[in-house]
Amino acid sequence: MRALRCLLGALAGAAFAAGLASPALAAKDAPTPPSQNWSFGGVFGTFDRASAQRGLLVYKQVCASCHGLKRVAYRNLAAIGLSDDEIRALAAEIVVVDGPNDDGEMYERPGRPSDRFRSPFPNEKAARAANNGAYPVDLSLITKARMGGADYLYALLTGYRDEPPPGVQPMEGMHWNEYFPGHWIAMARPLYDDVVEYPDGTKATTEQMAWDVTTFLAWASQPYLEQQRQIGVRAILFLLVLAGLTYAVKRRVWADVKH
Amino acid sequence: MVGLHKSEMKNPVVRWIDERLPVFTLMDKEYAKFPVPRNLTYMWSFGGMAMVILMMMIATGVFLAMFYVPHTAHAFDSVERIMRDVNYGWLIRYLHANGASMFFIVVYIHIFRGLYYGSYKYPRELLWMLGVIILLLMMATAFMGYVLPWGQMSFWGATVITNLFSAIPVVGESIVIWLWGGFSVDNPTLTRFFSLHYLLPFAIVGVVFLHIVALHITSSNNPLGVEPKGPQDTIPFHPYMTIKDSFALLLFFIFYFTFVFFFPNYLGHADNYIPADPLVTPPHIVPEWYFLPFYAILRAVPDKLGGVVLMFASILILFAVPWLDRSPVRSMKFRPLARPFFWTFVASCVLLGYCGAMPAEGIWVPLAKVGTAYYFAYFLVILPLLGKLERPLPLPTSISERVLGGGPVPAAAAAKPMEKA
Repeated sequence: MRALRCLLGALAGAAFAAGLASPALAAKDAPTPPSQNWSFGGVFGTFDRASAQRGLLVYKQVCASCHGLKRVAYRNLAAIGLSDDEIRALAAEIVVVDGPNDDGEMYERPGRPSDRFRSPFPNEKAARAANNGAYPVDLSLITKARMGGADYLYALLTGYRDEPPPGVQPMEGMHWNEYFPGHWIAMARPLYDDVVEYPDGTKATTEQMAWDVTTFLAWASQPYLEQQRQIGVRAILFLLVLAGLTYAVKRRVWADVKH
Repeated sequence: MVGLHKSEMKNPVVRWIDERLPVFTLMDKEYAKFPVPRNLTYMWSFGGMAMVILMMMIATGVFLAMFYVPHTAHAFDSVERIMRDVNYGWLIRYLHANGASMFFIVVYIHIFRGLYYGSYKYPRELLWMLGVIILLLMMATAFMGYVLPWGQMSFWGATVITNLFSAIPVVGESIVIWLWGGFSVDNPTLTRFFSLHYLLPFAIVGVVFLHIVALHITSSNNPLGVEPKGPQDTIPFHPYMTIKDSFALLLFFIFYFTFVFFFPNYLGHADNYIPADPLVTPPHIVPEWYFLPFYAILRAVPDKLGGVVLMFASILILFAVPWLDRSPVRSMKFRPLARPFFWTFVASCVLLGYCGAMPAEGIWVPLAKVGTAYYFAYFLVILPLLGKLERPLPLPTSISERVLGGGPVPAAAAAKPMEKA
């Protein structure tokens, strides 16, 4: 048993040492975003479908005018509970340039479920030209690509202040945000109460919309998350049972060997 | 029967093969009957774990390479395609990415175990040196692998590390351009890194093979550091070590899978989910955690060339350890004076790792210097001096004396056959 503790201790110690690196890297000039109780948090968490669907609406009506979501296909939306018909209708709203056809011509067609979300700008230069030189990033991976993940995104969306704190000089064309590293962000505050009307009657406060769109984008960043955890729970339960049996066999094999 | 191997295999088919190609005899001799000291602890299970994780890395890597596109315009996208569109692609990639960290965790524990129990001493010097070569190959492989997803940390990590070679006087700049295949980290760099990242693991397999051959000549060291004196001191590898290592391996897999399924990005950097952009430098460029102690040593020295030299020296010095440690006693169990110095050495490695993760300013710079100084002092000053000054505790005359608590025991009692278990 002592030897076993030694083994576990070594592994835990190594994990601790390895993990030291991560918190140590937190940005120092912005406060750590408060930890939120997400539906998809924890070991058994799943994406709140209703919230994610509302978030899709917020993305479409607010974010999509500047931010792309190019890695998500319309067909993927089935995972947050959209029906086939809804997905078809949603995809058909966009016009896709396809081709060349047999005459060598490019042609336009309505979007299909297999198409991916269309980015608002053809390239980064065009995006910067339309946004005062700032580049609105693609949101497909946003909660994975930021320290703090969903907590950070929610804090950012609700962290706008009308005025910088006293003593800080205002910056032309920039906006004060509590949680953005360096605080001055090019993106204007995107969410105001009731900027979106929810069909399910949920009151569209800034916090509610920020919550919903964060849930949606967290799903978009890792649509495989639920499957990942399901398999994980089963794999680890299996290994625990197998390890228990193996330990029993080991005890028997070693029973009369002094060591 | 001239020309045929004398096989003891019962099964006629197995026997026919074994007479011509004695792989069954080999396996029986090296993995079943192979005698190991009876007092091995779970600390001796990490080599086997490293072997399994190496196989795991190669297996997952082969599948990833079927979908990965080594081109600056497609690499990042192809990785995301693997995550989203390839069946269980996320699983294969997370196994591979976290597997690299696991490989280093296991190998670092394996190395510290070797240092504590003096496993590098006569007659295992070459066994140890082959291990250091494996470590070097692993580092090169891991570094190039981290570049492949072509995220921000991939690109900037590659830029910083390859730039280190520019510190070499006169030819430095030319070497860097030669490494890059151009004037910056770009597509030629990515494609050659992919090629080498696929090649080097097989070189590791080759050196691991030699490492095991060398191990099977000298057999394992053990916690007492006293060589087995006869059959009463040893047990056959199978079933004793196979079952013990299996159990340790399963515990290790629970640990590994906890990361893979529940914290798959905990050991990585968020910045690497941002596609590489040569025009935007991330605020902190930090290597993967397993390089942090060496990164801290690099930055502890104000002079660039000095830092690079010390960083490489910190690994190369391991080659000399069998000759730096002059003590005739292997295990630190019997070296009361050496033990605190050893644990301080472990602490200095952890401290260096922490310094490597922090920005090179404030308190972290002097701390990194202290850590670096101790790291080298341990090998160059403390170990050689201890060999002269230390009075080790009396060694047990044999393993069985210590384990069984009495005088010599009859050989028959040593390794009982399975049936009695």
